[in-house]
Amino acid sequence: MDFTMSDERRMLADSLRRTIERQYGPEARAKADDTGSDPAVWAALAELGVLGALFTEEQGGFGGAGPDIATVFEELGRAAVAEPVTEALLAGGILADCGKSDAVEQLIAGDMHLCLAQTEPGNRYDLTTVSTQATESGGAWALTGHKSVVVNAPAANLIVVTARVAGDVGDRDGIGLFTVAANAKGLAMRPYPMIGGGRGAEVTLDATPAERIGPDDTAAPILERHVARAILAQCAEAVGMMDAIRDMTLDYLRTRKQFGRPIGSFQALQHRMADMAIEIEQARSAVLNLAGHVDEEPALRDRHASAAKQLIGRAARLVVEDSVQLHGGIGMTAEYGLGHLVRRLMAVDHRFGDTDHHLERFIALRIGAEAG
Amino acid sequence: MDLSYTPEERAFRDEVRAFLRDRLPKRLSDKVRLGRHLSKDDYLEWHARLREKGWLAPNWPKAHGGAELSAVQRHILDEEVTAAHAPRVVPFGLNMLGPVLMKFGSSEQQAHYLPRILNDDDWWCQGYSEPGAGSDLASVRTTAVREGDEYVVNGQKTWTTLGQHADWIFCLVRTDPQAEKPQQGISFLLIDMNTPGIEVRPIVLIDGSTEVNEVFFSDVRVPVENLVGEENKGWTYAKYLLTHERTGIAGVGFASAGLANLKRIAATEMSGGRPLSENPFFAARMAQVEIDLMAMATTNLRVVAQAEAGQAPGPESSMLKIKGTQIRQEINFLTRRAVGPYAMPFASELLEEGTNHEPIGPEYAAAAAPQYLNNRKLSIYGGSNEIQRGIITKTLLNL
Repeated sequence: MDFTMSDERRMLADSLRRTIERQYGPEARAKADDTGSDPAVWAALAELGVLGALFTEEQGGFGGAGPDIATVFEELGRAAVAEPVTEALLAGGILADCGKSDAVEQLIAGDMHLCLAQTEPGNRYDLTTVSTQATESGGAWALTGHKSVVVNAPAANLIVVTARVAGDVGDRDGIGLFTVAANAKGLAMRPYPMIGGGRGAEVTLDATPAERIGPDDTAAPILERHVARAILAQCAEAVGMMDAIRDMTLDYLRTRKQFGRPIGSFQALQHRMADMAIEIEQARSAVLNLAGHVDEEPALRDRHASAAKQLIGRAARLVVEDSVQLHGGIGMTAEYGLGHLVRRLMAVDHRFGDTDHHLERFIALRIGAEAG
Repeated sequence: MDLSYTPEERAFRDEVRAFLRDRLPKRLSDKVRLGRHLSKDDYLEWHARLREKGWLAPNWPKAHGGAELSAVQRHILDEEVTAAHAPRVVPFGLNMLGPVLMKFGSSEQQAHYLPRILNDDDWWCQGYSEPGAGSDLASVRTTAVREGDEYVVNGQKTWTTLGQHADWIFCLVRTDPQAEKPQQGISFLLIDMNTPGIEVRPIVLIDGSTEVNEVFFSDVRVPVENLVGEENKGWTYAKYLLTHERTGIAGVGFASAGLANLKRIAATEMSGGRPLSENPFFAARMAQVEIDLMAMATTNLRVVAQAEAGQAPGPESSMLKIKGTQIRQEINFLTRRAVGPYAMPFASELLEEGTNHEPIGPEYAAAAAPQYLNNRKLSIYGGSNEIQRGIITKTLLNL
């Protein structure tokens, strides 16, 4: 049993934190809202090795294990960095698994942006409900369908798309993985800023040329594996955000005076603060559990993924709501630094499954585990 | 980072499991599992088994006859023993008084009392709380007035757990009523329960149990050599004792055993033609508490690892106390729910030690409601959860 961080990870975390403190601010965040990414920040992340830390040595990186992902995203979360690093992990991980090493190399070097077009109107958080159709003609594939809330689509050079090659909309079998170039024919986008920072888009495909990647039967296992890793990233990022929000809130309780004394001296507020601190420590433990199991066999991995995402969904709601409440009016203003943290933390429950979704899946996995 | 135990730690866990398999009498684990009350002899029998193995005092140094286990080993022992439904170790001598005597007692006191604690020659109980001193422990009013080479003790202690079995009581008493602050003027005194002037009266609790007592002192004469440390310095020793009381505070082992028990009950109880565990609302509640427990087990290990590395516990032990008691109380609540109408028969005799009354409904049902009621104490004793919240925020705020 060892909870200490390796020296390499400690060094990466420290340099990442210093870089963010020095370079990251409202301007970089505004840039990400405008274009999806601030090129200077993205280049700095690549330079520091943040992107390389998400991939194994075989894939051209120098990390790729659960604790590497947790370390990077916890630091990114502390400053609510709105760069599309989760997309690099998610779409980049899929490309790496499908042998697209050129694209992964470019990604790690900071020369590429990626996204995964998986969600569709109506499929919510279900990875195997896919209605976008893939058709083959003379060895060339074309895709037709609507992908919704595709995070980082406007900035992406290459889009990884799930589409149906066989079977019905809800079948686990017959899901294919494809890459589509950002400027491909028949691809249209309605881009927008995201509530947690960065940009997303509705993406429509109309007989859009695509390259098939991945296995011949179904891509479901690859999708599930990489979404579990992305869930770890989100959970770790959420812990970083919650730490930052807790510290801001503590500062406010210490300095804000009402009725002639610091508001932190009032017991009603102290007890809410204590509950917040407890849930954040629980969230940190859930991340450790998932980081330690994210490369395990699927049932065990997903059981921890659902446990972590469910607990962090609840903790995040508490931290979002109580931090604003403890701040009072100032917490409602866009200008104050709490706002973007709160918005980004709130959004965590809307990606890769909310607390209800994961509670249901945790139960299903448990029943499966106990029956087996 | 590595969440798994080292090979040595795993070997220790196997040793604990083998010991429990061979040496934990089924008669005792059945009683614990079914929530029945244990007799004094039950506790002493289990203590004897642990003593044979050398694990009765896992936290004591070897010099005093303890096992001197590491923090991780203690955690493993605690978790395995509880999961196997072994009786708990009676903590008053071993975990509370023992460490205080080792730190603050005279060499004569150490030589006399420590072996007797380890041997179960004396059953100790705790004389801390009073009717007017609960969470505000420093307001104790029981007095000890020096007369020659004796103290004369007058007052009342309460919530004295298992005091009905006790040979000795360690007490916080007021020796200087004029002290500036309530924390000053308190002394730590060891009192023979057979001294004239002591009366023990049981308190019947809302679950029907009588595990706690009131202890009355009228003109009880105590030799001055029974004072621990210095006169009027008792608060320091009391606080030291409380930090030791907090080891294992999360109750991960209790929660795990309780959850396993709940799952068995929910898989057996039928609701609408299917097992209760398949009712989506009940399944959701059980899953929720299991997710919380998975995280808390790791929070607990993080604190154990810190202790192993020699770091002083910060607000984490207060956090563990709150989260641990919330989880255990939720499991108790769900277990009460799970037995349905059979939570209503209030037949305390079914929980008596050595009962041979015919069960009412399933055997597991009898303890469900009483345990729910009894474990309301978890968030009240040892510094109520509200006191713990205050500690956490004051530490974080540093106001």
